[in-house]
Amino acid sequence: MSVYINKDTKVLVQGITGSTALFHTKQMLEYGTKIVAGVTPGKGGTEVEGVPVFNTVEDAVKETGANVSVIYVPAAFAADAILEAVDAELDMAICITEHIPVLDMVKVKRYMEGKKTRLVGPNCPGVITPEECKIGIMPGYIHKKGHVGVVSRSGTLTYEAVHQLSQEGIGQSTAVGIGGDPVNGTNFIDVLKAFNEDEDTYAVVMIGEIGGTAEEDAAEWIKANMKKPVVGFIGGQTAPPGKRMGHAGAIISGGKGTAADKIQAMNAAGIEVADTPSVIGETLIKVVKEKGLYEKVKTH
Amino acid sequence: MNIHEYQGKQILRQYGVAVPEGHVAFSPEEAVKVAKELGSEVTVVKAQIHAGGRGKAGGVKIAKNLDDVRAYAKELLGKVLVTHQTGPEGKEVKRLYIEAGSDIQKEYYLGLVLDRETSRVTLMGSEEGGMDIEEVAANTPEKIFYEEIDPVVGLTGFQARRMAFNMNIPPKLVNKAAKLMLGLYQAYLEKDASIVEINPLVVTGDGQVVALDAKFNFDENSLYRHGDIVDMRDYDEEDPKEIEASKYDLSYISLDGNIGCMVNGAGLAMATMDTINYYGGSPANFLDVGGGATAEKVTEAFKIILSDKNVKGIFVNIFGGIMKCDVIAEGVITAAKEVSLEVPLVVRLEGTNVEQGKKMLNESGLNIIAAGSMADGAQKIVELVG
Repeated sequence: MSVYINKDTKVLVQGITGSTALFHTKQMLEYGTKIVAGVTPGKGGTEVEGVPVFNTVEDAVKETGANVSVIYVPAAFAADAILEAVDAELDMAICITEHIPVLDMVKVKRYMEGKKTRLVGPNCPGVITPEECKIGIMPGYIHKKGHVGVVSRSGTLTYEAVHQLSQEGIGQSTAVGIGGDPVNGTNFIDVLKAFNEDEDTYAVVMIGEIGGTAEEDAAEWIKANMKKPVVGFIGGQTAPPGKRMGHAGAIISGGKGTAADKIQAMNAAGIEVADTPSVIGETLIKVVKEKGLYEKVKTH
Repeated sequence: MNIHEYQGKQILRQYGVAVPEGHVAFSPEEAVKVAKELGSEVTVVKAQIHAGGRGKAGGVKIAKNLDDVRAYAKELLGKVLVTHQTGPEGKEVKRLYIEAGSDIQKEYYLGLVLDRETSRVTLMGSEEGGMDIEEVAANTPEKIFYEEIDPVVGLTGFQARRMAFNMNIPPKLVNKAAKLMLGLYQAYLEKDASIVEINPLVVTGDGQVVALDAKFNFDENSLYRHGDIVDMRDYDEEDPKEIEASKYDLSYISLDGNIGCMVNGAGLAMATMDTINYYGGSPANFLDVGGGATAEKVTEAFKIILSDKNVKGIFVNIFGGIMKCDVIAEGVITAAKEVSLEVPLVVRLEGTNVEQGKKMLNESGLNIIAAGSMADGAQKIVELVG
């Protein structure tokens, strides 16, 4: 089991003929992801890496039965690409593209209300269910199939955590990058709910960063609902206020969104927070041992 | 991206938002010329810097005649203003805004900002104008009113009127205030702002509703479609290293430590700073080389880090996803050869094409200290810098 995606997921790549998309399409195919279609307007009828290309998402879905799309379309056109995926009623659209204008995303979020599609991202590394399906840009080889769910606002920091877990023999059920933008599709609570309900996830790693109050909200939800142990890390403990730390969403403003507030809220919800990113793996192991879950999460 | 008050007011005028007459001046002579043309009884001489709190710091002067204007202009130009937003080093005043004085009856606050929780733009208003709104929010939160804006219909007339009534704008001026709010929202929307603040908004003796200040902040991701806003950028207000970095699409922020950092991914870059701090070091910068970095970008990133004279060592921490380790390695090698590298360099590589990257660094003949993990790298560079 896993959340969101598995070996049967049929993937569609929007913007497949761009250079980044091509590189990652190859990587995903090598990993074993079932990529059934690509979309680039005007390139319909051609083929890349053995994948048929269509002019529209609608055509691609009709012909191939694709149910999840991954978006590599440039920022200026990415919001439109998300709308197209939503219009085609895909189960999920995973938007990798960074630097999408925030007011474009405000419109996208409004359009998505009441619609079927779940959006992950934008500005995210994607979603991976190890050894089954990799959708996005994460390096596949660092992952290992298992029972720890990972959810994170940061791409490379997710890799860091996953790498540590795998090296300790702790596999992952699914790793979800929700992205670093202030307006995004799926939030911490959505993913935590999914992990809470997933029979094969026994513990969760949650990686946040400064800016906004998503971690505080998640901590409150965890306190009230989460049946499984959660460990965390917050990036930006030493970031100065008022400076946008790369991600549009990572900024301490108006005294809100500090790492200290988030860590306090997480501790209050019983979440063990790692002091440095290098000990996320260790922290998880300590906690699962305390809960008597170590043998269950250790991949033999 | 920030702009000056006078530039913000130029935008407001385009959207029918009432602002006092005024013009920018770069010298006392220009200031006097502008004041003469305005011909107002009272003239306000306002320092233009990208920071709030100018009034309290002595950056806003009321002139009763042209001699006053000249004297205040002389005093302010070249002066370093220290406000709660500039940091202790302050900011040098290089531009002035010369504005006709207003007969202020009462001051209010008006702002537009993105609410991350609702993913909507929100209008904020208060009758506690002219004060630090964060203080108002902390002490008397009931005095701030909010209107959440549906992007489909935009700010509606009734919402704007409700806000004006809530703010206790005199009833006969409510329609004027509402019209101003609608114009303000239109400006926010069409220019892709991320924050607009009018503090204070004022009601004048002759029954006008006027924006006395204008603070605009724009979404950097939208600048590609706003050439007019990009033209307003004042490079004097920004860190030269940050300007250089932005030319290459690098996300760079100067800090006051001595360990230069080059990292891919904003989250990892922040976490690298945190880790250096944890082991007793102090980072000189935040630098995210981004996802689609080329060898050229990496080379430029290296040069920018090294242009900071405080840098006593560099830590490169890369976990490749989009970023391929061989590209990083190529950039590091090129840069280290181009600029004579005299400080210790610790490199930690992991991710896509990692073996190729490590091999290139090993065969480069450069004195590069390899690190096995982020913690290992952070400890090594902290030790080397001493």
